[in-house]
Amino acid sequence: MQLRIKYFGQIAEVTQKEEDTIEFQGASISELIEALYSKYSALKYENFQVAQNQELVSIESKITGNEIALLPPFAGG
Amino acid sequence: MERYNRHIILSEIGQKGQDKLSNAKVFVIGAGGLGCSALQYLAAAGIGTLGIIDFDVVEVSNLQRQILFGSSSIGQNKAIAAKKRLEDLNDSISIIAYPIKLTHQNALDLFSQYDIIVDGSDNFETRYLANDACILTSKPLVFAAIYKFEGQVSVFNYNAGPNYRCLFPSSPKKGMVPNCSEVGVLGVLPGIIGSLQTNEVLKIILEIGDVLSGKLFCYNALSLQTSILKIIRNETSFQSVLERKKDFYKTQTNFSCDTEVNSVSIKNVSFDKTLQLIDVREPHEQPKITEIEVTYIPLSQLESQLHKINRVGTKVIFCQSGIRSKRAVQLLNTLGIVNCYRLNEGASELKNYINTPNKTH
Repeated sequence: MQLRIKYFGQIAEVTQKEEDTIEFQGASISELIEALYSKYSALKYENFQVAQNQELVSIESKITGNEIALLPPFAGG
Repeated sequence: MERYNRHIILSEIGQKGQDKLSNAKVFVIGAGGLGCSALQYLAAAGIGTLGIIDFDVVEVSNLQRQILFGSSSIGQNKAIAAKKRLEDLNDSISIIAYPIKLTHQNALDLFSQYDIIVDGSDNFETRYLANDACILTSKPLVFAAIYKFEGQVSVFNYNAGPNYRCLFPSSPKKGMVPNCSEVGVLGVLPGIIGSLQTNEVLKIILEIGDVLSGKLFCYNALSLQTSILKIIRNETSFQSVLERKKDFYKTQTNFSCDTEVNSVSIKNVSFDKTLQLIDVREPHEQPKITEIEVTYIPLSQLESQLHKINRVGTKVIFCQSGIRSKRAVQLLNTLGIVNCYRLNEGASELKNYINTPNKTH
């Protein structure tokens, strides 16, 4: 399945890009995160939540959409 | 009233709506970038009572984005300086300055005196405190946060919608996420995002439009891309806050995040080719790490030997006890070198780990 992955804030700094298109065969969000960890090892140190088709989901969720976003919390004000 | 004529002639607002604004009480946490922006339009719109809490003083580096202040405000408390400027902007409203820290001891009492809470703080301790106190006092929280060129906006705890913990369940480890003073921010960004916060406040009070509840609005100033992500209400997160109500006053509010740095434990370090391991101890200190490649730069010479530090890739910095490595990471961050982590363990533990045959890396 082809997935479009969007990176926000500090995550985009780790991946050095704001968007990826990847071919992924796994079933769950957690498997996808593992795959991204091996692609971008520094991602392990980052704190983020995952959205699937514009909806925040838990990492146990099955992959049902093709648009994923990695969203870090921001502190600044 | 002549002052509010352009509101009153809008059929969606009218005199009735303007009266709602005059009767409203809004509490703004932080008179920083977001607060200065939101406060201007809240005051100009005629919000009857505005509370401003900030313990900090105005510094010259704030003036690039905190537009309620000028050179004459430097050194003054931000809440008091903001009140002074806003009283000139609108002398028909009541403005209360609280030149103190928001804490678990004062939050519930303060929040209960207002209708809507606006979060313009700059650290996670205050953000989670504001969120939890809004749940305990049943107040809507108009949230925004910024990072470099990006902003997030949402309305929490409004009309049975989610709270901040439904989005990010718990505070990131201290130092994991930097704030504006550590990484920089485009000056106009809090202007844009703070204005969006005021827009949500006005819609809530006027009961018009769609309030940004259950949704996170994300804005990127460089690409002008925006996203709206749906947030699901998680009952457990409300329950866990409500269950802690009894102990809320007793909780110690810890604001030390500004001085914390990114840190990492040995077992989480991936010892690959892109990793640069930096020893900031003095040359005589033992044990030496000889098993793997290490860059030696004593802390005292860090600034003069920056050329030894890789600009890309992860840098893990260690010393004997973790004090100098922390200072080193702080220094490198202020010099604009990113991806630096302090090793939680000292040199001896690192050496033991490397010599352990069944380690996983």
